[in-house]
Amino acid sequence: MNFKLSEEQTMLKESVTRFIRERYDFDQRKQIIKSEEGYSPDCWATFAELGWLSIPFAEEYGGFGGTIEDVAIVMEEMGKGMIVEPYVPTVLMFGQLLALSQNNELKSEYIPKIIDGSYLGAFAFLERQSRYEITDIRTKATVQDDNYIVNGEKAVVYGAGNANALIITVRTSGEQFDRDGVTLLLLESDCPGVETKPYQMMDGQMAANVSFNNVSVPQSNVLGSVDAGAELMEALVPLVILATSAEALGIMSVLNELTISYAKTRNQFGAPISSFQALQHRMVDNFMAVEQSRSMLYRGLCAYGEEEAETPIECLRSLHAMKVIISKSAKRVGEDAVQIHGGMGMTDELNIGHYLKRLISINTLFGDADFHQKKFNELSYKT
Amino acid sequence: MDVKFTNDDLAFRDEVRTFFEEQFDFDLAKRVLNDKSGDYKSAIVAWQKKLYEKGWIAPGWPVEYGGTGWTITQRYIFECERGRLGIPDAVPFGLKMVGPVIYTFGNEQQKEKFLPRILSSDDWWCQGYSEPGAGSDLASLQTSAELEGENYIVNGQKVWTTFAQFADWIFCLVRTSKEIRKQQGISFLLIDMKSPGVSVKPIITIDGKHSLNEVLFENVKVPIENLIGEQDKGWTYAKALLIHERAGIAEVADSRSNLNSLKLHAAAEISGGAPILADPVFQMRLSDVETELMALEYTELRALASMAEGGMPGPESSFLKIKGTEIRQAISELALQLVAYYGGALEGNLDPGALGHDFASKARVDYMYGRAASIYGGSNEVQRNVIAKMVLGV
Repeated sequence: MNFKLSEEQTMLKESVTRFIRERYDFDQRKQIIKSEEGYSPDCWATFAELGWLSIPFAEEYGGFGGTIEDVAIVMEEMGKGMIVEPYVPTVLMFGQLLALSQNNELKSEYIPKIIDGSYLGAFAFLERQSRYEITDIRTKATVQDDNYIVNGEKAVVYGAGNANALIITVRTSGEQFDRDGVTLLLLESDCPGVETKPYQMMDGQMAANVSFNNVSVPQSNVLGSVDAGAELMEALVPLVILATSAEALGIMSVLNELTISYAKTRNQFGAPISSFQALQHRMVDNFMAVEQSRSMLYRGLCAYGEEEAETPIECLRSLHAMKVIISKSAKRVGEDAVQIHGGMGMTDELNIGHYLKRLISINTLFGDADFHQKKFNELSYKT
Repeated sequence: MDVKFTNDDLAFRDEVRTFFEEQFDFDLAKRVLNDKSGDYKSAIVAWQKKLYEKGWIAPGWPVEYGGTGWTITQRYIFECERGRLGIPDAVPFGLKMVGPVIYTFGNEQQKEKFLPRILSSDDWWCQGYSEPGAGSDLASLQTSAELEGENYIVNGQKVWTTFAQFADWIFCLVRTSKEIRKQQGISFLLIDMKSPGVSVKPIITIDGKHSLNEVLFENVKVPIENLIGEQDKGWTYAKALLIHERAGIAEVADSRSNLNSLKLHAAAEISGGAPILADPVFQMRLSDVETELMALEYTELRALASMAEGGMPGPESSFLKIKGTEIRQAISELALQLVAYYGGALEGNLDPGALGHDFASKARVDYMYGRAASIYGGSNEVQRNVIAKMVLGV
C-alpha cells in the first residue's frame, strides 16, 4: 500500500506549480480573462512544450502514456491557479473520447494536433432541457448518402467558442430519453450550418451555445458505434470527474490556507480573529473536509485504476461517493472562506470569491452532489 | 499510488477469515456483548486468549514485545475482516493504552512483569485519568501521591473509569508536586486494584448498564517500582498514550460492521408495504454517513501508511477520533430511528425478540452509550482545539 507520488509525478507537479508562480498569478489571470479569446494562446503553447497536453494519450500517437492519476496531479495544481485554458474540454473531453474510441483514422488525425497545441476541441453533450441526464438528447442526425444531417442545439459547451472541432451527441434512433440510440460525431467547427454563440462563465472559462442547421457530417466521423454512444460517454465521465475532483481539491486547500492566514492577521476586539474558538472550530471542520476529500479522491483513483480487482459496481460506488464528498466539501469550504474573510470575501478584487465560483462550476459538471448521491443509493441499497 | 493486494495478502486474508469464522463464538457474542456483566468479561477474555495463542493479539506492538510484524496492508485486512464479521475489537486499556506506554517509557522489570500478562489477557486494566474536577481540563487533576520511603501514598478520586469492576490493575495520573504549570508535577503510576484502600463504586449510565465507575483511593500504598519513567514527567507519557487512544477510536471497522447490519435491518423493516431501505429519504441519510465512512477508511489508510514510513501518529489522530465518533454516532442514530417505537421498550427479563424486534434493544443501548464517544478520549471540542493549535497553527 502506497500513497506517495513517484519521482516523475513529483516533477510534473512541480512544473505546474512553477508555471503558476511565474506566469499565472491572479492579476495575470485577470488580463487573460479580459482578452478577446478568453484564454491565453501563449500559455497553451507552453502547456504543449511542457508536455501537459500529451499526458493521457498513448505513446503511439505521440502521447506520454500517463494515467488518470498523472492527470489528477496536474489538475490539482491547476486548480490552485484557477487556470482558464481549456484543458478539460480539449485534452480530457474531446481528446479522451477520441482515445477511448476505436476510430483509428480520427485518432491519428486529431490526437497529434491536440498534443502539439495547435488544435482545440470541445464536447457538446448538454442541451437546454437535459440537466444531468447525458442521454436526454433531442438533437437529431439522419442518414443521407454517406453523411449524417444534424439538426438541433447544444448548450453551455465549455471551450466551444475557440474550438477547432467538436464532438457532439446526437440521436440516431429511439426517443428523447432513451439510453440507446445516441451517437457521437466529430465535426469541424467551421462546417456550414454550425452557429456558435460564445459567452463567459462565472468561473472565467469560455462556453458557447452551438446550433446545428442541416449540418452534414461524414459517417466516417462516428466515434464508437452507431446508437451506442452512451457507452463511450460513460467511459469518459469517470475520467473527467476524477480530474475535476482533483482540481477542486487544489482549490479547497488554497482556500483553507488563505483563510487561516487572513484570520491570523485580521484584528477585531483587540485580537486576531483566529483566536476565536467559533472560527477555529469552523476552520478545523474545513481542514477535515479537505482531508476527507483527498482520501475520497485517492479512493476514486485506486478504484478506477484497479477496475478488474474491484467489481465494476464497487468502482462506480467509489466514484459517486467521491463526487458527493468533494462537492459537499467544496461548497462548505468555499462558502466559509467568504464568510471568514468577511466584507473582503465579498469583493471581486479578492481571489476568494473567484475560487468559490470555480468550485460551484466543478460541482455541477456531470452531476451535482444530490445527483451522484441518488446514483450511489441505487447501487448500494437494493432490496 | 496503489492499494493492490498481492497474492500473499490474499492468502493472509483467507487465513484471517478462516480463523475468525472457526474460532469466534458468534452465538455467545450475540448473548453477552450487549450485557456488561461478568459473562461479558469471561467471553471477551476467552476470545482474546485465542488471538493471543495465534500470535495476533497486538498488531500495533513492535515485534520484540509480541507484535505481529504485519505490513499496514495486513493490518488493514485484519481490521476489515474483523469488521465484516462484527467481531469486537480487543479491550483497549491494556493492549492499546498502557502496553505501549510500558514498552516505550517503562524499565526492563516493568516490561517483564506487565507486558506478558497484558498480551495473554491475564490482567485486565483500567484507566485512571478523569476526576470530578478534571475532565477536558485533565491537567488540573488532584489525586495526590506522596513519596514515603519506598512507597507512594495515593489519595483521591478517579471517575468515568470503564470496567474498573473487572480490573486487576489501574494506570493512573497522579499529582506528585504542585508546580506552577499544572502539566508539570504529574506522574504515571501503575496501581494494583487489590491494594488496601482502593474502592470501586458503580455508575449506571443512560444505556441502563454498568460499565463506568468511580475509583476511590484512601492512603493506598504503591511501591515506587510502579512509577513509569521519571516522577513529575507523567504528562508526557500520558499525551503519547492519548494520541494512540484517539487513533484507535476511529473504529472504522466497527462502524462498517454496524452500517452493514443497519442495512440488513432496514431491508427487512417494512413501512406501508415497502422496505425502509427503499425509502429515498432514509437512503439519503444512510449515504450521508456511508460516503463519509468510505472517505474515513482511506483517511485511516493514509495515516497508517505514513506511520509505516516511520511517522508517529500526530494530530491526525484527533481528526480520526472526531470523524470516527461522529460517524459511529450517526449510524447509531439511524438504527434507533429504524426501530421506531421499539427503541423505547426495556425488555427487562424478557427475551428481546419476544417484544417484536430482537435488534431494538441493541439499537437503544448503542445509541445511548454511543453518546459517550464524543466525550471520552478528550471531547470532540477539545480535539478541535488540538487540531487548531497543532495543525492550523492558530
